[in-house]
Amino acid sequence: MKYFVLLAGYGEMAPWDESTPEEQEAQMARLQAFSEACATRSGVDVLAEEALSDGSMATTLRTRGGETTVTDGPFAEAAEQIGGFYLIDAPDLDTVIELCKVLPAYDIEIRPVPDMS
Amino acid sequence: MTSRSDPSPTCPERTIEQVYRAEWGRLLALLVHRTRRLDLVEDALGEAFARAASRWPVEGTPANAPAWLYTTAYRVVVGKLRAEAIAGRKARLLAVGPDWEPTADIGGDELDDERLQLILLCCHPALPGEARSALALRLVIGTPTDEIARLFLVPTPTMAARLTRAKKKIVAAGIPLVSPARVELRSRLDEVCRTIYLAFTAGYTPGTGTDLLRTDLAGEAVRLAVVLHQLIPDAPQTRAVLALLLLQHARRDARVLAGRLVTLPDQERSRWRHDELQAGLALADELPAGSGYAEELRLQALIAAEHARAPTAADTDWAAIADLYALLEAVTGSPIVRLNRAVAVAEAEGPEAGLALLAAVQELLPANHRVAAVRGELAQRAGHREVARMSYQRALELCGNQVERAFLADRLRSLDQPTPPG
Repeated sequence: MKYFVLLAGYGEMAPWDESTPEEQEAQMARLQAFSEACATRSGVDVLAEEALSDGSMATTLRTRGGETTVTDGPFAEAAEQIGGFYLIDAPDLDTVIELCKVLPAYDIEIRPVPDMS
Repeated sequence: MTSRSDPSPTCPERTIEQVYRAEWGRLLALLVHRTRRLDLVEDALGEAFARAASRWPVEGTPANAPAWLYTTAYRVVVGKLRAEAIAGRKARLLAVGPDWEPTADIGGDELDDERLQLILLCCHPALPGEARSALALRLVIGTPTDEIARLFLVPTPTMAARLTRAKKKIVAAGIPLVSPARVELRSRLDEVCRTIYLAFTAGYTPGTGTDLLRTDLAGEAVRLAVVLHQLIPDAPQTRAVLALLLLQHARRDARVLAGRLVTLPDQERSRWRHDELQAGLALADELPAGSGYAEELRLQALIAAEHARAPTAADTDWAAIADLYALLEAVTGSPIVRLNRAVAVAEAEGPEAGLALLAAVQELLPANHRVAAVRGELAQRAGHREVARMSYQRALELCGNQVERAFLADRLRSLDQPTPPG
């Protein structure tokens, strides 16, 4: 089944642009290790993956009473730190959890994608 | 077991009940393995038992009753899967397709106790903590939802909603049923031990009906604790939970006499299983002080050990037990522990000291019949006859177990006797 893996926050890590070059290198290595772990794991496919701009670049639309307003910034304060996402096909939740432990120590939210077919 | 050629009108019902208690969890685990459809399996197994209840009394109990139930339930699931396929839709919660087959490594591990696998599933950290033990009782032992609600001190609809949500999450999030060798068993150990102890409690003090004890259910929990201890003998939780269960379960034969509840002081200690007590004491004596749930279990085991050591009720070291309960209350903050501590303190220091500790419990657990019963008992001993009368009456209003009700009615009557016993 498909899982949406959201890199929801930096956790104990420094934000990317406040990290030292060494820290950035270590994070890149772990992102690479994650891709390799997914590629070699049977039944696992990375369907999509993107890094996202930080929350200050976000634009939020809200529709109330039929009227749409456009505001600057992320939907919720907690979404400020969202760093990127993966869409992964995997056999079960335990597999996804195990693989995510390879990633840099982000706070990560895993959501199953419901099968609507 | 009754054969097909010798149908008996009364035996099959007994057999269905026995099979239900003994096999529910294993059958459920096997069906989940085979179909991956927890959302269909539970209802299907319930349907199979319902069919058994109508057919076995007429046709006779099949030679292999669990296999009959398994096959019947499996067919029900397959029928539902076909209906889904014909309707041209997959269930929204379908985790894996209906063609799913278990992989070869399942069941071939050092531990292939299906029920333990089911417990591990129920104790998955992705499930809300408040649902895990409840779910395990429902799925592994087949405990009815209303009984689980009573154990967790919540209304039945609350518990039903909690269980439904947890089952939906297992299916929707794709939480797998895996062999214990593949999971980080230790990280789920607290929850597993909690589940086993709650299952034991469910068998030990059912709240409704005529049987005071269901020792087979309690025995099933003991069996799980033994298996767990064999698997992970060095974990403090598994040692403590086994010690505790052995020490408490060893008293089962003495707890009921002629359909009446026999409380600890009046139990005939020769009816305790002394070989089991020795095994429990040996384990309890070696438990290292720890923290968290392991420490909770250890303190409870030490309390049970104090009772087991006393040759007669009068020899019980109540001061030591009261001290252990004080430690346990500090670890748990539980009002039920405070209640038990009040009983121990009453024995060690007198009923007034016990009543003083009980006051706060009554506010926290206003609808608990045991609180009212203990208050009645202590008030009676302290000579507050009207308080005792009101408390026993309140306990009778709140208690649903017939055997316990008979006991409470006796106590209420004893207030009017010239020399009340106890």
